Amino acid sequence: MQTANLLPLVLVIAVVAYALAYTRSRSVAEPLGGIRNLKALPFYYAARAALWCAIPALILLGAWAAFEGKVIQNMVVSSLPAEVAPQSPGEASLIVSQISNVAEGKLDPTRVPEAVLGAADLLQNLRAESSNFKTTLVILIAVLGSAFAWTRVQPHINARENVERTLRWLFFACAAVAILTTVGIVLSVIFETVRFFGKVPITEFLFGTSWSPQTALRADQVGSDGAFGMIPLFTGTLLISAIALLVAVPVGLMSAIYLSEYASKRGRAIIKPLLEMLAGVPTVVYGFFAALTVAPFIAGVADMIGLNASVQSALAAGLVMGVMIIPFVSSLSDDVINAVPQNLRDGSLALGATQAETMKNVIFPAALPGIMGGIMLAASRAIGETMIVVMAAGLAANLTANPLDSVTTVTVQIVTLLTGDQEFDSAKTLAAFALGMMLFIVTLILNIIALHVVRKYREQYD
Amino acid sequence: MIEQGSQAEIVRQSLKKRYRKERRFRMYGRVAIAVALASLLLLFVDIIGKGYTGFIKTTITLDVTLDGEAMYLDDPTDKDQMSMADFQAPIIASLQGYFPQATERSDVRQLSRLVGSYAGNQIKDLLVDNPGLLGSTQTLEFLVHDTVSVYVKHAGDEAYSVRLSDQQKGWVDELVEKGVIDTGFNDVLFSRGDSREPTNAGILGAIMGSLLTMIVTLVIAFPVGVSAAVYLEEFAPQNRLTDFIEVNINNLAAVPSIIFGLLGLAMFIGLFGMPRSVPVVGGLVLALMTLPTIIISSRAAIKSVPPSIREAAMGMGASKMQVVLHHVVPLAMPGMMTGSIIGMAQALGETAPLLLIGMVAFIVEVPDGFFSSATVLPVQIYLWASSAEQGFIELASAGIMVLLAFMISMNALAIWLRKRLERRW
Repeated sequence: MQTANLLPLVLVIAVVAYALAYTRSRSVAEPLGGIRNLKALPFYYAARAALWCAIPALILLGAWAAFEGKVIQNMVVSSLPAEVAPQSPGEASLIVSQISNVAEGKLDPTRVPEAVLGAADLLQNLRAESSNFKTTLVILIAVLGSAFAWTRVQPHINARENVERTLRWLFFACAAVAILTTVGIVLSVIFETVRFFGKVPITEFLFGTSWSPQTALRADQVGSDGAFGMIPLFTGTLLISAIALLVAVPVGLMSAIYLSEYASKRGRAIIKPLLEMLAGVPTVVYGFFAALTVAPFIAGVADMIGLNASVQSALAAGLVMGVMIIPFVSSLSDDVINAVPQNLRDGSLALGATQAETMKNVIFPAALPGIMGGIMLAASRAIGETMIVVMAAGLAANLTANPLDSVTTVTVQIVTLLTGDQEFDSAKTLAAFALGMMLFIVTLILNIIALHVVRKYREQYD
Repeated sequence: MIEQGSQAEIVRQSLKKRYRKERRFRMYGRVAIAVALASLLLLFVDIIGKGYTGFIKTTITLDVTLDGEAMYLDDPTDKDQMSMADFQAPIIASLQGYFPQATERSDVRQLSRLVGSYAGNQIKDLLVDNPGLLGSTQTLEFLVHDTVSVYVKHAGDEAYSVRLSDQQKGWVDELVEKGVIDTGFNDVLFSRGDSREPTNAGILGAIMGSLLTMIVTLVIAFPVGVSAAVYLEEFAPQNRLTDFIEVNINNLAAVPSIIFGLLGLAMFIGLFGMPRSVPVVGGLVLALMTLPTIIISSRAAIKSVPPSIREAAMGMGASKMQVVLHHVVPLAMPGMMTGSIIGMAQALGETAPLLLIGMVAFIVEVPDGFFSSATVLPVQIYLWASSAEQGFIELASAGIMVLLAFMISMNALAIWLRKRLERRW
């Protein structure tokens, strides 16, 4: 049976277990003189039965769904006779998809070698067997769990404590998902990155100044190695992020100052949500805007004043990205400016300083660390931003500081290397993971410093 | 005394300058806000200006004689004949009725490029359903070719007519005048999946894909996020592990979304062998991405429940778990739901991680399950925006408007929920 059908079935068994345990707890309580002689309310006995039924069965189901495909695939591949056995991982993935296409009837069986046919049969058998086995086992465990809980409906057992402890563990497991996600991210990039450095030396990756990941199909072709130096990508990323920050920091900061010091309450209530809308617009929309409106406009203007601008200039992507991160800068700065104690403000004003002087000489220095933290968060946002640059920046890895030139970024290259069909093992694919790891490390460092700065600053005035 | 007087004089003299500075500073603030709001306005105006034509379709209504001889077809039930037949012929014949002088090969080719390339299929389908219609004359409505559609929708604008020859333009103008070519509301957009032909492409497939993906995201992220928030606020002991969880949540909230795509690719597809391009994997990835948002807002909602509620329940003899489940969580629920809806709106607009897990494929069929290949709205917009045809650019902006409409209504729902249900203590 399909996992999608088993899931409701397990839930139905759990409901039945709940109902049975509920009636049983009542009938157990009857001769004792009512449910107040039970250690816990009937609800808890019933809930415990449902938990006993569902949790082990669901865990089994999840594990099965996660590993079934991989295990069967390995069994099928290892069953292949030596002459068709794949030599490289690339071949392996090809043959596996061939086998599964035959097994699912998508590929004409007469057009593949004998061995693949056999493997397809085996695959089909294994899939059917695994499915049967899974169904039986899951139902068995669900029923056994319910039966066990049913026998444990006894007046002297405190079911409430059991249920509450289980729930606590469940809650904890949910909170631990955050750790698991981080671990998952780190593991998924680290393994591929290590394999990448097996193919391309780490020094070449970190300090190489040329990036052209086009590996040739045949070994004797020109430029068959590809070049994996990430310097041009990083300078490209920094160039675009710098342009973005040049837009976002002054605009965001001044808006925050105006909103917190000058704006009327009503003006603030209208303008703030409008600014925040800028953060809610999907990045693909900004990308569309940058690629189809801003970039041609900039190219046109540059042409008019006699400059030569690329249609995919860094400037267009940077400007639009800057607009996108305005609300990050403004709302974070707004928070820290508001957190500066009122008496600093009053003191300065009482000495005869104008509001602008108070802002510049008293509040701004006091809020500076927090503002820096906000800017760093915005910078990490800009470095990791993908869609705007994928759509508006180019693919050419130019090592340049000219904002009218086309540059490429780390995120653009990750997307380019990983979209479409590719082997899971070529240097190209692995390079994307190495870039991902660099991106993760850089943004992580920025975030940690920024969060630390912001928190430390908050404590200072709290 | 004299000295004081002169000091006051100095201050007085500098006052003008200082006030000027003050005014300038204030103006900087106004300018900054104006710049930000102007960009927002420009963005919306630009997209609506580019995209409103995406909601218009251009059709051509022709009296077509389903002449068996011209189509090389005498039995519509014969499959071999049907696959060989020329269904374009009756359409061209009908067009030639309007332009009798267009008989040369090049003219005929130009004529045939006025109607969309799926027009022939329309006749074929008609004949498959009603074989008896062979030989009769039918009034049929076809979609015009993309270039004609763009030309008609932007009548008078030179920039949009470059791909039509002068002769074709003349024909089209005449047909528009006669009312043969007409425009109407683009129902195709909302009833079909993607297509190679802009006039024939719709976003229904992408909307369904987004819906399926969002269901998976919601089903995973909401319960897990709320439970995690409950644990951290109500049960977590003050220890290293709890601190570590908190640090992780804060960092995950700021990790670039594309990294989650790498996670999905390496873990769910690479390690667990899940299929590519399916809503389940997309939903899982987006759920992990949305989780920190939901946890953070749920924690804020739990924090805002006053301690007196907890103490009163405890005083009545409730256990800690009963206090939480019977009192704190129900009272915090509106806040949790608001945060979750905002998180879901973010996830709805997310593109980058989905590119990596293969949801960029060209998919014509409308997805019908959690395991069927699908794409989502923002990815569809990206795909259309990267293609060269003007027709697709229009569709992309129309898609953006639909996406923004969804997001704005979700946010409006969140605000309404907050206003309606949230209690101030």
